[in-house]
Amino acid sequence: MTDQASEVEVFGALKDKEPSKPPRNQWRDVWDQFRKHKGAVWGGGFLLFITLGVLLGPYLWQLEPTKLDIRNKNWRPIYTLLWESGAKAGWAHPFGTDQLGRDILAQMIYGGRVSMAVGWSAMILSLVIGTAVGVAAGYFKRADFILMRLTDLFLSLPILPLVLLAVTLFRQPLTQAFGSPEAGMFVLIVSVIALTSWMQTARIVRGDILALKEREFILAARSIGSTPRHIIFRHLLPNVISPIMVSATLGLATAIITESALSFLGVGFPSDFPTWGKLLADAVQRMREYPERVILPGILISITVLSVNYLGDGLRDALDPRIRGR
Amino acid sequence: MLNFTIRRLFLSIPTLLFISLVIFMLLQLAPGDPMAQVPLTVPPEVKQKMREALGLGAPVHVQYIKWLYQFFVLEPMVFIDYLTAKSFLFGWLPDTHLSMTVDAITGELEQKQRVISWQTRSPVMDIVIQRMPQTLWVVGLSYVVGILIAIPIGIYSAYRHYSLFDQAGTFVTMVGFSIPPFFTGPLLIVVFSVTLGWLPSIYDTTHVVTDWESFKIQFLQMIMPVMVLALQTTAQISRYMRSAMLDNLNQDYVRTARAKGLSESVVVMVHVLRNSMIPVVTIIALGMPAIFGGAIITENVFKVNGIGQLLLTALFANDLPMVMTLTFIFAILIVLFNLIADILYGVLDPRIRYD
Repeated sequence: MTDQASEVEVFGALKDKEPSKPPRNQWRDVWDQFRKHKGAVWGGGFLLFITLGVLLGPYLWQLEPTKLDIRNKNWRPIYTLLWESGAKAGWAHPFGTDQLGRDILAQMIYGGRVSMAVGWSAMILSLVIGTAVGVAAGYFKRADFILMRLTDLFLSLPILPLVLLAVTLFRQPLTQAFGSPEAGMFVLIVSVIALTSWMQTARIVRGDILALKEREFILAARSIGSTPRHIIFRHLLPNVISPIMVSATLGLATAIITESALSFLGVGFPSDFPTWGKLLADAVQRMREYPERVILPGILISITVLSVNYLGDGLRDALDPRIRGR
Repeated sequence: MLNFTIRRLFLSIPTLLFISLVIFMLLQLAPGDPMAQVPLTVPPEVKQKMREALGLGAPVHVQYIKWLYQFFVLEPMVFIDYLTAKSFLFGWLPDTHLSMTVDAITGELEQKQRVISWQTRSPVMDIVIQRMPQTLWVVGLSYVVGILIAIPIGIYSAYRHYSLFDQAGTFVTMVGFSIPPFFTGPLLIVVFSVTLGWLPSIYDTTHVVTDWESFKIQFLQMIMPVMVLALQTTAQISRYMRSAMLDNLNQDYVRTARAKGLSESVVVMVHVLRNSMIPVVTIIALGMPAIFGGAIITENVFKVNGIGQLLLTALFANDLPMVMTLTFIFAILIVLFNLIADILYGVLDPRIRYD
């Protein structure tokens, strides 16, 4: 035994070195890489700010968005006072009021609530559908052919025309079914957006599952008698979390844009119910006199989508182990 | 390759049938009565007769098969008849009467029943053909402009990776990617039509180009809609171009080309560019239908009376045959361009084998 030990000492390279630094959590590495991407940090921060703003805003700015105040109509935003001291503006309505005297700041906060709620729920729903289809197609060979043909079919549907079609045609029955026009429209828009945007997630997840399924740890799990359900939830899903997160950000951005586009084309929520797209669309007729009413909601939509896109970019870099550490 | 093309063409038939069935069933499920606009004084029996005249009394599958027949058999026949009767190219051929039947009583030639719009009571395809040029001009031109801007940006920002130009270019494309067309449209109108007064805010489709002056007007009114659509295209394609160039610039063959003394412009513009164009060309083909979809919003903003605007007005007027036909045309475009993208990829990249 002793000469073996001395032999090892001769070949110094074979000696096990002590690890130079303590092992690190994987998510800690991800966070470190994420922090390096300035755009992503700004994007995530802004998204958090907007989400908190629309959630807590009504408690801080307690004006009703639908309250008519016809004496104080058509106020300009506060910054017009900088170059035009006689303008109708003031701190009572920092972003001004519209042609019926409704406060624009309050409308934007409530509109943001709707836009963000539609965005988040449509994104989550489409992720659930996409992941379910992707996992089923990747894991169960028999389902693969049918599910992937279905995905291809959905990919060749003309999305915007079909969404327009579904929203216009099913507005009334759903409104009756849910009692109020807002609830019916919310369910309709969320489900229509989700049903037309799950395909990319399904494809990515299926590809990853197909590759993971052949790895040894899945074989090991199967050999100790794990059920497919256990394998999927304990071993496969945690490993495909990163592509799912990246497509989540993309889904959030598309959902917000689609909802605003629908409102802009006049097929979205009912007319007294503010959303960002609706505010923009209503202001287009008067943009000659009041350009700020187009620009303010437009900027909000654009910056939100921009920050979500940057967040997705950063997440993609942070979650990719090949880029991480460089 | 030919084998693959033929197989894909056959595969696209069930796809298109399925899509048409989806659209048809959506429209069937929808509430809304084409007789809603008819005055209340018209008795119900008469209304029922009118409904049957529109083909609404028949069972669902009969209606669907009738629509299929009208769209896939009758409309091409009408088109052939038009070609042989009036067109410049084939007018010299003897006139065909494929889409005509002989009326039993009078013995004269009569047009068979085509897909009729409920709004205008004229054949849907005639209206589509009228509206097509406006959309094609705006969409096609914007796509060309977008590609022409995107490709140099993509090449240069990949070549000078991490330079100021690259950083700025990436930021601008990200912004262009994120700003929706229903905001850029009004924004451009506010700046260039309202404040500066340089460009007209409404696209006048009745304008005819006859001389230099009228061409200038046409050019001015096209700038804004084309640029709004082109911004989206540019943002998307330059991102792809940049990443494709970056992938190729690190390859071994680039080092070899430099080592044998080729000039830098030849290396980048011939060797790298040609290889990077392969994925970009397919992205360009795949993006075509999406641009048609985006044109719905842009046409609405600038009041271009093209196909997108036609779809919107037909939707609001509950004109189901028109909606059905237009949505299906969009679907055909998507399937067609997907096929084109697949074939192009196989033709351009000899490593791809489909068999």
